[in-house]
Amino acid sequence: MDYRALGLKVGLEIHQQLATHKLFCEDASTLVDAPGGLRFRRRLRPTQSELGEVDAAAIEEAKRRLTFVYETTPNVCLVEADEEPPHPPNPEALDIALEIALLLDAKPVSEVDFMRKIVIDGSNTSGFQRSALIALDGHLETNGKRIGVPTILLEEDAARKLGEAEGEVVYRLDRLGIPLVEIATTPDIKTPEEAREVALAFGSLLRATRKVLRGIGTIREDLNVSIEGGARIEIKGVQELRLIATFVEKEVERQRMLLEVAAELKRRAVRSVPAAVQDVSAVFRETQSKVVASALARGGVVLGWSLPGFAGLLKARLGPELAAHARVAGVAGIFHSDELPAYGITAPEVDAVRKALGAGPQGAFILVAEQRPKAQAAIEEMVPRAEAAIRGVPPETREPRPDGTSVYSRPLPGKARMYPETDVPPIRVTQERLERIREHLPERPDITVSRLVREYAIHEQQARQLVQEGTDELFELIAREFGEPRLVGTVLLYNFGELRRESLDVDGIQIDRLRELFSLLKAGRFAKEAVPELLREMARRGTRATEIVDAVLDESKDAIEARGETAEKGLMGKVMERVRGRADGKLVSEVLHERLAARLRRRKKEKKGKR
Amino acid sequence: MDYPPRVRALLDRTKADAGDSVLVRAKGERYEGTLMPHHGFSGEDILTIKLPNGYNVGIELGDVESVEVTAKHTPASVERKLPPPTASKPTVAVLGTGGTIASYVDYRTGAVHPAVTAEELVFSVPELLDVCNVRARVIYSVYSENMKPEQWQRLAQEAGKELNGGAAGVVIPHGTDTLHFTSAALSFMLRDLTGPVVVVGAQRSSDRPSSDAALNLLAAARVGVANLGEVVAVMHGETSDTFAQIHRGTKVRKMHSSRRDAFRSLNATPLGRVDADGAVELSDRALPRSRGPTKVDDVLDTKVALVSFYPGQRPTELEGTLQGLHGVVIAGTGLGHVAHDLIPILRKATRDGVAVVMTTQTLQGRVGLRVYDTGRDLLKAGVLEGQDMTPETAYVKLMWVLGHTREPPEVARAMATNVAGEINPKIGLDEFAE
Repeated sequence: MDYRALGLKVGLEIHQQLATHKLFCEDASTLVDAPGGLRFRRRLRPTQSELGEVDAAAIEEAKRRLTFVYETTPNVCLVEADEEPPHPPNPEALDIALEIALLLDAKPVSEVDFMRKIVIDGSNTSGFQRSALIALDGHLETNGKRIGVPTILLEEDAARKLGEAEGEVVYRLDRLGIPLVEIATTPDIKTPEEAREVALAFGSLLRATRKVLRGIGTIREDLNVSIEGGARIEIKGVQELRLIATFVEKEVERQRMLLEVAAELKRRAVRSVPAAVQDVSAVFRETQSKVVASALARGGVVLGWSLPGFAGLLKARLGPELAAHARVAGVAGIFHSDELPAYGITAPEVDAVRKALGAGPQGAFILVAEQRPKAQAAIEEMVPRAEAAIRGVPPETREPRPDGTSVYSRPLPGKARMYPETDVPPIRVTQERLERIREHLPERPDITVSRLVREYAIHEQQARQLVQEGTDELFELIAREFGEPRLVGTVLLYNFGELRRESLDVDGIQIDRLRELFSLLKAGRFAKEAVPELLREMARRGTRATEIVDAVLDESKDAIEARGETAEKGLMGKVMERVRGRADGKLVSEVLHERLAARLRRRKKEKKGKR
Repeated sequence: MDYPPRVRALLDRTKADAGDSVLVRAKGERYEGTLMPHHGFSGEDILTIKLPNGYNVGIELGDVESVEVTAKHTPASVERKLPPPTASKPTVAVLGTGGTIASYVDYRTGAVHPAVTAEELVFSVPELLDVCNVRARVIYSVYSENMKPEQWQRLAQEAGKELNGGAAGVVIPHGTDTLHFTSAALSFMLRDLTGPVVVVGAQRSSDRPSSDAALNLLAAARVGVANLGEVVAVMHGETSDTFAQIHRGTKVRKMHSSRRDAFRSLNATPLGRVDADGAVELSDRALPRSRGPTKVDDVLDTKVALVSFYPGQRPTELEGTLQGLHGVVIAGTGLGHVAHDLIPILRKATRDGVAVVMTTQTLQGRVGLRVYDTGRDLLKAGVLEGQDMTPETAYVKLMWVLGHTREPPEVARAMATNVAGEINPKIGLDEFAE
């Protein structure tokens, strides 16, 4: 596809967690897989400015009238619970942010002012995210192109969403407050592949500081995507960097599709969307559709909404867009005429609805089977979206999905969302501080690559990949100690990659065990051909499976006490849930069996001892 | 906050004021945005600009090459009026005093202001109007640590006037720091209440989406229309936004510097609760509305001090504090003790006609001066037992009692008499706030 002809513009917002304690308290910046912490429930209200303005995104969230359930973890104190004012900002976090700013040739501000960015989706207990502009006007050279970095922010990460059900959203507070650097680029990226490359280049630079957290979720990207005639769409929180190009491609496809729909609606002279709604419950009195029947049985209604001129434009096109808006009103699913008859709704029922709504040949319709107020709210939510289809692409925030597509989450936040965080005093950035940081700037990734090529005589491609994957430090450590740099490079890149694809936890292998492996190899205890097999075995027996098993056993004392050996089956489920394919099931089962038996033996002994 | 002199001079030269749109050139960079007021903790040579993306940045004066005003700020004023009262709903009088609950942020500058009009107060929680008609007035706008006994008296008069003037109840938004002093003072000064007087506060300001102000204020309004004839404090019941507790004005105390559920009833269980859905539950102990009229008895003798004992306290210091006082409340240790070398000072004071009342720093539990020698010596020295009153309640009560009589036997009898639920003659096992 000729993306340049489409006028594709992509800008990135890169969010990187920093390797230091939380930004406004002393809690550790770690994610904790320990459910069962204290829970508390809160609500958030949109706040009005003195002019009576409330942010559009804030109103949208408030409409959902959600209750937020917060789960605490050991690294949560009153600050994360919004029960204590923030402590002074973590100075180390500010140092790291300034270091990144200097690496990007940005201009640090003289005084840092933390702001409150209103966010009332519950992801911040306070209802706002604390965020400060650290530096302006930087840039990064990559592939001979200069990508502008207008702003660099230091902010606190949000709470982790665990789930959502029946008007409640559950968050875990471990992530809330972890310091993040946000780097925004200019929309100078012209192709999906370039978006991926630029993201990787920023990732390498951030890792070069050795002061950022690593692993899935520690770096997240917002993608701002638009094409000529389309609109700015923000895909928020992409964690899989390898999918960046796919997200951009799919968003381009989506915007093109919406532009085609708009053109078709124009041809059909559709200029408006009636908001009239009709109760068509009577049509479905004898229905075979399970969804509709159960909604009616619960005292709900079937509301029909006519969309004149939209026939054929819903299926795989506007249908999913409208459904996403209905979801904002808490309605899980809608039916549209392009896909009917189906789902137990019969042709005669479709005809009866058409008749009731007075839908013409090019007329489409939407059915919502729900409690009346909810159904009504869903349609009110969809009307503006259908109207926007006449104009083309509405600007919005979208949530990424694992398959590279995205789904509507809320309107783009407006401007009235920021005001000063009066609980945090401004911080002067002194010349001395900047000098101290400037003197200790790390080696830039491109320089590391050429140095690795020079010092270790490895291929540039290999060196570049080591830097990109962030394994260059490990590579140097081992290669310096045991020689054979090419072999070390191959193991870290090729063998590790292969084992990762087998879902083995190679990254969990301790560095000392790796050094042991290479030292035995150097001593001639086995041939290098045996290395991949040895690695596989090390990963399989990796300590992580044991750790997880032990953690689950610790948490399940009551169950073990009550059920003894018969608890094993239930525990296995729990362990596998947490292992999530990172280790072999058979091995985990062996470890669990062994550890559980050991515990039961120990308990028997203790009981005897007490007597 | 005023600009520091060097910044002021630059702004005067360029005729720029807070809120104006400006273009600042510094070190070759262009900063276009809104000129912000000076923050108290900002450097003396820092100019703060709000950029179009909403962020504030500080620019050093030394780097500034030029400041140009691109547009003057025109303050927008929005006037909103409360709707006329409806006959079907009771009317609750809201008397504003200031504090976190009544503050709002100026989004342009970020400064937090107290709500100066009653409308601002009510419109921060418009749902109030679903519960009752609101007759709102702002009496003061002070942080509660600046409250003085004169202000308690004025509030008592205003509350009495409202109740006798047809209000179903009175709601008093108040700073939380000294909320329990005010609630205790109103409890003694208002007698035969024809409706509830509800003191309410917030621990998170109402400009924050997570503010507890809305839940508390709404709960207070619901208590305001309930069948209750007492002065109470209504505040969050737990850290969750699930319910508010109704505390008797003389038994409540702020027990945490920052949590939403900072307020606890001490040596008593709360009088009731208000659920998030609006249901009000009241205990049988709660006094119903009296037939009235509500009496205001607001005479206070302010020559009273509240002194906390600590190991190593010098007798001379205590002696100095007692100069010119008519009464003193001591927060002693444990059952109500002070070091032995302070007792002669107290003995001399009581002989000179100063009322000395002993309370405990443990806040929970009753004073008992008959258990140890120190206690017995204190009794012999003429010290009165404050029973299970908090030091703060005893302090307010002593002012009120001394306002009526300074005769030592009369004072002793009045301090031992339960006037406004401040004494719980039998503390139950469940009456311990953790």
